[in-house]
Amino acid sequence: MSRVRVLVGTRKGAFVLASDGKRQKWDVSGPHFGGWEIYHLKGSPVDPDRIYASQSSGWFGQLIQRSNDGGKTWEAVDNKFAYDGDAGTHLWYDGTPHPWEFKRIWHLEPSLTDPDTVYAGAEDAALFRTTDGGKSWHELAGLRRQGSGKFWQPGAGGMGLHTILIDPSDPNRIFIAISAAGTFRTEDGGQTWKPINRGLVSKYELPDPNAEVGHCVHRIAMHASRPGVLFMQKHWDVMRSDDAGDSWREISGDLPTDFGFAIDVHAHEPETVYVVPIKSDSEHYPIDGKLRVYRSRSGGDEWEPLGKGLPERDCYVNVLRDAMSVDSLDSCGIYFGTTGGQVYASTDAGDSWAPIVRDLPAVVSVEVQTLA
Amino acid sequence: MIRIVLPHHLRTLARIVGEVQLDVDGPVTQRSVLDALEALYPVLCGTIRDHATHQRRPFLRFYACLEDLSNQSPDAPLPDAVASGAEPLYVVGAMAGG
Repeated sequence: MSRVRVLVGTRKGAFVLASDGKRQKWDVSGPHFGGWEIYHLKGSPVDPDRIYASQSSGWFGQLIQRSNDGGKTWEAVDNKFAYDGDAGTHLWYDGTPHPWEFKRIWHLEPSLTDPDTVYAGAEDAALFRTTDGGKSWHELAGLRRQGSGKFWQPGAGGMGLHTILIDPSDPNRIFIAISAAGTFRTEDGGQTWKPINRGLVSKYELPDPNAEVGHCVHRIAMHASRPGVLFMQKHWDVMRSDDAGDSWREISGDLPTDFGFAIDVHAHEPETVYVVPIKSDSEHYPIDGKLRVYRSRSGGDEWEPLGKGLPERDCYVNVLRDAMSVDSLDSCGIYFGTTGGQVYASTDAGDSWAPIVRDLPAVVSVEVQTLA
Repeated sequence: MIRIVLPHHLRTLARIVGEVQLDVDGPVTQRSVLDALEALYPVLCGTIRDHATHQRRPFLRFYACLEDLSNQSPDAPLPDAVASGAEPLYVVGAMAGG
């Protein structure tokens, strides 16, 4: 029988939640690395027991942990993330040049084919890669050097590279997203990159409607069967591209607010998309205190609220960009974590929800593994 | 023999129980002690000093003999009591909220 493992990163440690395919009873393991911020954990698609975790702390800096047994035991691997050559500058909040400074790893994306190869998204924004299981990390500096890097500017949450999507049909094609620079694509495994932000409009942040970079992209998602179709939750606006990011159009449609962070796609229905609308850029909680996931079965524009089992009142949590994931069981499971420490799961594609756990530290990331 | 007391999280990370005891060749300074500590426990590299600059991480402090040595030169001699092992060097997490 299939099993499900949910990897949860929180502000004060990592948790591993495990269940059988019924997804009714859950074993909770953790906190692993108690007291440390765990921005992200993710397992290798080809070796699910190989899990990588980004562990950081304001006191002690960045560590990367690796497990070879599904999160039971861990070993620290290399934590030296050095920008390639002369790092140069990007724009600071006041518009002046500011040197690139490594702060932390926001996101880890294991290769689709090799458990020893992992991509790491950093703040200040850069993409690193290991090909030896984390023993050493090297920057793919073509991203910062593609021309616009000196114009990138941090958003309020920092200048983090938070999304890494690898095209299953062509591992040399990778999409990444940076707050607040935008989305970028490589066709050659990370050597050269192109901004892909045409159609994004950020009129309050960017007066130039044709601005090539500077867009505060919060998250992008794809379905593995259609890697040319991308969905995006931007600072404001939910967007879609049907040409691998060459152009974008808004699909916010009838959402009650199109601000938010998380977005994901149903495991078996490439046109079924999920977002968690958040009231506004300064009010990071659901409208009217009602926690709702919104689902579109038409690839956007038309959305339905999903609230069965979710708080009906007095709920003022946020759902962060890396905190939603899906399993690939026949009845697709949807999972998300909140800054209030709850991890909610739906075993019926969002029709109904129940908490797996409800009192963790603030949840930063949720990743789901469907295990044989 | 030099004695070092690390904060809880670094002891856990390096799987250290109690104090660290190590020997240093030559002058006993912050730099030589931390070099020896990192050689003994490579997992601590980058957690006390920045990888690139080797500067103390901003929210850590170095105390010994009831003195705050954090802002002394990394090449300044540590107190004789630390060099002799009579007193430990404390690596302390600063109060930094959270």
